[in-house]
Amino acid sequence: MKATLHRRDVASTLLEDRGELLVVAGLGSTSWDITATGDSPLSFPLWGAMGSAAMMGLGLALARPRRRVLVLTGDGEMLMGLGSLATIGVQRPRNLAIVVVDNERYGETGMQRTHTAAGVDLAKVAKACGFKSANLVRSKGQLTRLRAAIHRASGPLFAQVKVVAEKIPLVLPPRDGSLLKTRFRRALLGESADLD
Amino acid sequence: MKATQGSWPEELHRTLKAANVRQVGYVPDAGHKRLIELCLADKGLRAVVLSTEEEGIGLAAGAWLGGERAALLMQSSGVGNCINALGTVRECRFPLLMLVTMRGQKGEFNPWQVPMGQATPAVLEAMGVVVQEANAAEEIVPAVDAAARLAFGSYQAVAVLISQAVIGIKSFQEQAAR
Repeated sequence: MKATLHRRDVASTLLEDRGELLVVAGLGSTSWDITATGDSPLSFPLWGAMGSAAMMGLGLALARPRRRVLVLTGDGEMLMGLGSLATIGVQRPRNLAIVVVDNERYGETGMQRTHTAAGVDLAKVAKACGFKSANLVRSKGQLTRLRAAIHRASGPLFAQVKVVAEKIPLVLPPRDGSLLKTRFRRALLGESADLD
Repeated sequence: MKATQGSWPEELHRTLKAANVRQVGYVPDAGHKRLIELCLADKGLRAVVLSTEEEGIGLAAGAWLGGERAALLMQSSGVGNCINALGTVRECRFPLLMLVTMRGQKGEFNPWQVPMGQATPAVLEAMGVVVQEANAAEEIVPAVDAAARLAFGSYQAVAVLISQAVIGIKSFQEQAAR
């Protein structure tokens, strides 16, 4: 089945009226996607540490159990940290959502096919690891329901959103990692975080 | 009280608590066995079993973004699994506290442990991690206490390498029996 959703529409739908949602985005296209919806201090776009996005989401979700945490990442990035789905499945934080924007390609390096292009089913992996829900998303209706679930449903939840493999213009967030960290902590914890 | 061979895990647990560590990521090692049990039994800590040590770097960074302190427990072989992720710790200046029990070092019985064990300090230092060594039981608690202050007070990545001489496992049979 050919994908019909476009990755930038996925990001803008999921982040619409995001409110207090905390967002970690994986290297690299999902970092550009969330920036295209509007840069926010409560977003942490990764420029490195490929494979670590889901675990950063876990550490954040455990630290702030009253806030909703969304990890938006790509299929290649998720595949590199597949074991973290098992680790999250042990901890089962109710406030964590992992959404994989799956274009079945390594988008930054020449659009080479990833494992999901050969049929590797990440949602089934997440389900088997103990995620409360783990769904494949292909339609706008499913996407809208996913947005609501990210804000309200008891997690951990996982979704694999199939998108068109397309090269689109980069929309880059700030590159300075120390800046991204400090502005996130200030926005979440207040300026007193600087003295922590 | 001076830490003896037997009591340092209990004191280490109290040291982590005093440093306000709230999340402990670990891949088990025989040398960390008692400390892991204490962390799992402590309702004030979240002990997170990792499938590979690299996950712990992400966990600790996420915890800090959320305003919590984390510590990581691993064996020296696991340090090799963390290398690229340590680049993010350096770029973002995340504090990081790693307690590493050494293999491939003093009296190793498994030759396959030796390459990574011998390379551990150099690999950590190459990635900008401050390395501090504890070569005797009574050195462990003061070393970790100082490392926690350096990590969280000065926003550094710090690894305490706990010598194989302290752990003192001398054979596969002894390791399996622990």
